[in-house]
Parts: sequence; structure tokens; C-alpha cells
Amino acid sequence: MNKILNEINSDRETQIFDCDVENDIALDEKYKRKNNPNIPDLAEGTVVRHYTALSRKNYALSTTFYPLGSCTMKYNPIINEKIASCAKFAEVHPLQPENTVQGNLEIMFELEKALCEISGMNNFTLQPAAGAHGEHTGLLIISEYFKSKKEKRTKIIVPDSAHGTNPASANLSGFEVISLKSEPDGTLSPDKLKEILTPEIACIMMTNPNTLGVFEKHIPEIAEIMHANGSLLYYDGANLNAVMGIARPGDMGFDVMHINLHKTFSTPHGGGGPGSGPVGVKSFLKDFLPVPTVVNENGLFKLNYKNKKTSVGQMKAFYGNFPVLLKAFVYIKSVGGNGLKEASVQANINANYVLNLLKDKVTVPAGNVCTHEFVLSSKGRLGEGVRTLDVAKRLLDYGYYAPTIYFPLIVEEAMMIEPTETESKQTLDEFVKVLSGIIDESKNNPEAVKNAPSKTPVSRLNEVEAARNPKLRW
Amino acid sequence: MNYIPVSKQDKQRMLEIVGVKTEEELISKQIPEKVRASKINLSDGVSELKVLELFKQYGSKNKSSAACFRGAGIYDHFVPAAVDEITGRSDFWTAYTPYQAEASQGTLQAIFEYQSMICELTGLDTSNASMYDGATAAAEAALLAVRTSKKNKIAVAQTLNPQYLEVIETYLKKQNVKIIKIESDEKTGAVNISDLQNKTDVDTACVMIQSPNFFGVIEDMQALSDIAKSKNALFAAVVNPVSLGLLKTPGEYGADIAVGEGQPLGNKMHFGGSTFGFMAVKKSLEWKMPGRVVGKTTDKNGRTGFVLTLQSREQHIRREKATSNICTNSALNALAACVYTAVLGKSGLKELAETNISKARYAFNKIKNIEGFTPLFENGIFFNEFVFKTTKNIKKIEKELLKNNIIGPLSLAFCGKKYKDCLMFAVTEKRTKNEIDALTGIIANVK
Repeated sequence: MNKILNEINSDRETQIFDCDVENDIALDEKYKRKNNPNIPDLAEGTVVRHYTALSRKNYALSTTFYPLGSCTMKYNPIINEKIASCAKFAEVHPLQPENTVQGNLEIMFELEKALCEISGMNNFTLQPAAGAHGEHTGLLIISEYFKSKKEKRTKIIVPDSAHGTNPASANLSGFEVISLKSEPDGTLSPDKLKEILTPEIACIMMTNPNTLGVFEKHIPEIAEIMHANGSLLYYDGANLNAVMGIARPGDMGFDVMHINLHKTFSTPHGGGGPGSGPVGVKSFLKDFLPVPTVVNENGLFKLNYKNKKTSVGQMKAFYGNFPVLLKAFVYIKSVGGNGLKEASVQANINANYVLNLLKDKVTVPAGNVCTHEFVLSSKGRLGEGVRTLDVAKRLLDYGYYAPTIYFPLIVEEAMMIEPTETESKQTLDEFVKVLSGIIDESKNNPEAVKNAPSKTPVSRLNEVEAARNPKLRW
Repeated sequence: MNYIPVSKQDKQRMLEIVGVKTEEELISKQIPEKVRASKINLSDGVSELKVLELFKQYGSKNKSSAACFRGAGIYDHFVPAAVDEITGRSDFWTAYTPYQAEASQGTLQAIFEYQSMICELTGLDTSNASMYDGATAAAEAALLAVRTSKKNKIAVAQTLNPQYLEVIETYLKKQNVKIIKIESDEKTGAVNISDLQNKTDVDTACVMIQSPNFFGVIEDMQALSDIAKSKNALFAAVVNPVSLGLLKTPGEYGADIAVGEGQPLGNKMHFGGSTFGFMAVKKSLEWKMPGRVVGKTTDKNGRTGFVLTLQSREQHIRREKATSNICTNSALNALAACVYTAVLGKSGLKELAETNISKARYAFNKIKNIEGFTPLFENGIFFNEFVFKTTKNIKKIEKELLKNNIIGPLSLAFCGKKYKDCLMFAVTEKRTKNEIDALTGIIANVK
């Protein structure tokens, strides 16, 4: 066990800064803090050792396979990081004169064009900082659109298989959520959709392929039904890695979408961010995008605030998570249009390969063909009293991060596996062998599985106690 | 260049297992012909060497690493090398959100320490794991106040960073919340106390004040907090974390919520993002707080460990009833802040704040003596940012400074007519005496 930082004794006497002007700190007592914060003064070496030791307690994509469904844990190319950390990009103030940030603006301009080409949308805002932030932005755009048409549409359809952020974002955007029950494979029935359709419906939020890894075959029909009702279609881009170069949300009939650059475009997850969730729209919605956007005026790139009046407003300070945008753009340039398609095709092959190797061991509620990920149910396929959670924890003992579990909510004892295209056949073969072995073990030696993990820095943690008696700081 | 580690031969074997002859056949089994695209019309991939050359060209079109006297929410602070070393460890940057706690103790403990240090800095009880940035943290604070109080009016100082105000307006647009703006005193630049008295009442959910405010002025937060309390409104402080090495903490003046931009703590400017926002609250608001939170607990063998907790507030459990839709936040930026704060320690934080105010005062006093420059506010009490009115040509000043590799002060023309002749200067510990002298020398000579 590592000490918590404040348990380490102060061991530094030297100063950190040297001030080359006269010290001038006199200030009325009423403005000054009374006590120093309780943070030890540590020598740099002590701090570096502390956090280096902590880093070694993480499973990370750089050291292990991370089959985390819905999260697209693909390899994060090192060149992306190297370029984004260059002073040329990192040491730039957001309010510098425009002629001193032409490189950044050009990258944003080009990235927007590339995302349009990949998705079939007409315009993008790069401002949203994450997928959920993109959903919020997209739904506000839809809300403003109907307001401009003086139509009162207050409800949004969200399938029960959707990510939790969808209904939460809908609520934040002032919409009431109408839940649509999906079919067992997560797809939507156009007939059931028609039944709940009213003039108050603003849009439907869909993930396609859906969260069970099944492509929505009825999408052209669903788009027709929604548009005939005067409603719009929102595309949650969480699963875009399945369809690059194969199908485009814009062509499927979607009007608004977000892309998770930190999934599909290889930028790292950073242990929970920063991400980036650009939002794309069809032309008729472009005036509602957040400002500023980047425009090219005779070869000079400019921040354009022209649509301030019609825009949904600003979603965050400044222009977006620039380093994430930059890394995604480096990736697009590196692999090219051809490489993006190869990535999606291989992601589909890898997922289907693992699915086929596992299908006899588990239940596959959505059938034997998937796109880039699939969901299996271990209900009734494990030993006495062993649950999916136990299998997930046991995988940690074998050095793998666990798949997403208990999601989507419509599958009992769900386990969602997304191998991504950047894993080799050998890695996948070994993973399948280990997972199959654990399923067998759950029958032969259920305790070993139920007591897992035992090889991690800590064993199973008491989450109930953590929530009941929260200790959230030192 | 692509990053796919599958040979043609392996690919064929895999397709066989899947039961198809070609990748085309596999795709056609899933995706209907009607919506199929044939290809992406973008240039083909290139080698890493070519990519590097290309981005060198983009980079050369930026002016970077200049002596930057611009702030307005993002500041050019020094980042010790140890910070990049730790955040550059791939065990941190390539990990996912720490859902599997046993395999994520590094990230979880670091977040716990981050939360603790934010509490120590702000003097409040509980911090979340981070938000997107200062502006969205302020907007989430407003939502939190509205949600908790069930009142639908908030009072915000006119001197709040204008971008924060914009984001708050965006976030509250669909929540039927009225935003009242509190004016500032023309002479001092601080919040007009009688305006706050007059415009707030028992129906006010919260009073939100930034200090140092957008124009750099340190507010009398105690007095403002007392007024909020007298109206039974929550007091939300928007603060610069670096200033808290010296300035009275939100906890000390009775704030219920403290939020702010975390970039000054160990994060480079990065063109304004990615950065992170922090949020700390009083214990009583803990369960209403948005975002992820890490808690300390024990494992089956009694060992200390860390988990994501209070999760029943969050979207993946509560869906539309969640306290926020936030999922991915800014973990790696918060980690940078964590390591930075640990490198500085309590003494370093104090030193940092003192160096900022000393250098800013040095620059202020020099500029005050230049003909054509008058401080905008009388007796303005500032931290590391201040405003001057000038009779000189602002465009010319900017141009002359740029020629000398100085990103000069920010023109406040965008704040409205009365600021059209105003320049805002930010002076951090990173600005040397030489740079300040160069700046003042150049602007003194502009005609």
C-alpha cells in the first residue's frame, strides 16, 4: 500500500521559485487566508517516486488488452502525443491575435472538413469537450431549431438500450424522455415507433450500430417515419468505429450527431478525459451551432462569431479541447481515408472472430453476426452463484482489463466486448482461451472466481461502505 | 501508416472462423446496401516521418512560447518538468475511467489526493473529480444551486468572466431560470454592494461572484457572502486556484460552492483547452454535486483502497434523473494539477501566489508611470491581472510588442464601449523582470 500524499512527512526546505523583483505582498488582512493548506512540502524526488509507484497500480492500454465495450480502447499512437505536446501547439494562448495562431485555426478548419467527409454531415462544431457534452450541444441545437420554427416539441425518444448519458443529456436540454422498448437484439421496430409518435416529439436519439453491436437495418424506414412526423434524428457516435468508410450517419438520414474523438480517432482516455465530442449537423441546422466556428477568408483563417444571435450559445470557454482535436487530426492524416476504412473493417472482423470463438460458451442475445462489438449474456452459463461481475474480476487476475458489464440494461448478466482493430489474432486467441477457462473454472472451482481478483494491488473493495460513510478527502 | 497488427494470412483465417469468404461478405451481412458508402474521400495515409513534417509546417504558422501578458481565464504559468513526466506515463494516460477499481488504484488514489488538495486550497469539504473547464463548472454550480434550493433565480456578478456568463446562459436556457446581473462599482471595479442587496431576495437560489474578478479586482467576498446568507441564498465563489495560496478561501468566507478554471495549476495553455474545471462544496451539498467522486474504503483483507462512489447521482445509474450528464471529464488535466500541487506543497503555493502578486505590482507601478496610461480602477486591489486605460493606439501597441516576441495585453473592446480604450495585463511568476521592462519600454515608445 502506498501512503496517501499527506501521510508523507515534509522533506523539502528549498524554495520553488525565485522572484527577480522586490517582494511586494502587503494586503489587508480581510483578503488573506488565515491557515496554510495541509499539503506537505516534498522534495521533487519524493513526489515523482510517489506518483510513479501509483502509476504502476493501473492497468492501462499500453500494457494490456482492454476489451471494454462501447469505449473503443484502440491503440493511441505515440506520434499523436509527441506532436500535441510540442511547444508550438502547447504554449499558445487562446486570445492571441488571429495571425499568430494560423496553424491551429487551419488544423481546426481541416479537421471539420474531414469529419464532414467521414460522417456525411455538412458542418461541425469542435467545441464540446466530451460525448455527453456533444449530446447536450446537439439537443440544444434541435431545441433552438424548433423554437425558430415556432413548433412546440418537448419530448425525445430514447431507446431503452441507450447509453445513460442520452436521457441525462435530454433532461439537461429541457426535453422529456419517452423510452422506446427495443427488440431483443437492441434494434427498433418501426411499428412500435409509429405507435408512440406524436407531434410533440422533437427527435429520436439512436446509436447505430446499437449498443448490442447490431446495425439498425430499418434505419432508412425509421428516418422516413421521423421526418414525415416533422421530427429529427440524433446519432450518438459512440459506435462510429464500426462504420467508417462503410456507411455514413448523414446518408442514413441523421440530422445531428456527435463523434467521440477519444474513441474512434485514437486519442487517449487519460483515465477519464480529456475527451472531445464534436457535433455535426446537416446544412439547415448550421446557424444554430455554437460560436465561434473557423472560416477561411482568402487564405486567412478566422474565428467567426457571426451566428451569435441564432446560435445555441457557447458550450465551454474558447474553442474545444485543442490537443485532442490535434491528436485526432494527426491520426486522420497518418492512416488516411483508406486507413480509416481498414480500421473499421478490421474492427468488425476482430469482434466477429471473438464472438464466433465464444458463442458456444455463452448466450449471444443478438445473434451470431455483430459489427465492431457484441454483447454476451452469461446467465445460466456459469457455475453455482457465480455472476458476470465475478468473471470480470477474475479476468483482472489474468492481466486483462474487464469488458463492460451489466450494460446494456436490456441484457441480463451482460458482458460487452469490443476488441478494436488494433489487437492481433494472437492476442484475441489468448483472451478467448482465458475467458473460456474462467467460465469452466466457475463450474469447477467457483470460489476462485467469486474471490477474484487476488493478484491485483487490492482485492475486491467495499463499495457499499464507501457510499454509506463517504471518505472523500484526507 | 496504419496500426492494425493483423497479417493478410491471419485475416483470412479469422474470416474463415467467422464463416465468410471475404470482408465484403461479412459487412453485407450486417449493413444494408442502401446505406453503404464506398470509400472516404480523404488523402491516403502517409509515413510517420511525413506526418511529422506536415505538422511542423502547421506549427510554424503559430507564434508560441512568446512572453505572454494575456490572461482572461488562461494563464502562462511555469510547469515543472516532473508534472509532464508523471502525466506522460502511459499507465496513466492510456487508462480508461477507473470502473474496475482493483485494476485502477493508481488513477483512483491520485484523484482522491486531487480532491483532498482542492478541498485544502478552497477550504471546503468535498471536491469532485473534475469538470470540463472553469466555465462549465460555473454553469454546473448554478444548476446545483437551482436543483438544491428549488428556486429559479440566480444572481451573477457582471464582472464574471464573460465566457462563463455565456456558458451559464446556455446551460440554464432550458431550465426556466432567471439570471440577474449585479453591477460593479465604476470606481473600484468591485461588485456594487447595494446593487446586490437590492436585486436579491429569498427567491434567489444563489449569488455567484468571481474573485479576483474578470478585470482582476479582488472582491470583499466576506461582505458579499454575508449578504447572500441574509437572503437565504447559496454563495458560489469563482476563484483562481493560484490566488488561494495567499487569498482568503471560499471556506473561510462561508461559500457553499467554489468553482474555477484549473489550468493555472500545472497545465499549459493549449489554446484554451483541454483544461479542467474544479468544484468543491460544503458537506451538505455532497449528494447533489455533479460528476465523479472517489472515496476511500477497504478491501476484503482490510487494506485501504479507493473506488468511484456516490454513483447513484450519476447518469449511468439514474439516467434522466441524474445530477448531471457528465461522464468523461478531465482526469489527466486534474492529475497534472495534483502532481503540480504536490511538487509545490503548502510553501510553494504561498511562494507562487506571492511571486505573482509581486511581479504584477512591479509591472503595474511601471505602467502607471507611462504617459497615456491610467489605471481603470482607483485603489484597485488586484492579484496578477489589472486594467489600464490608454490614449495610445491599441493595434500599434500589439504590433510593436509582437515584433519583440511579446504577446501583449488584451484589448477589452469586446466587453463593450466603455472598455474600448482598455488593456488588461496578466503577469504571472513566469514573466521575468527583463520581460516586464521590455514591455513597458516598448509601450512607452508607441506614439
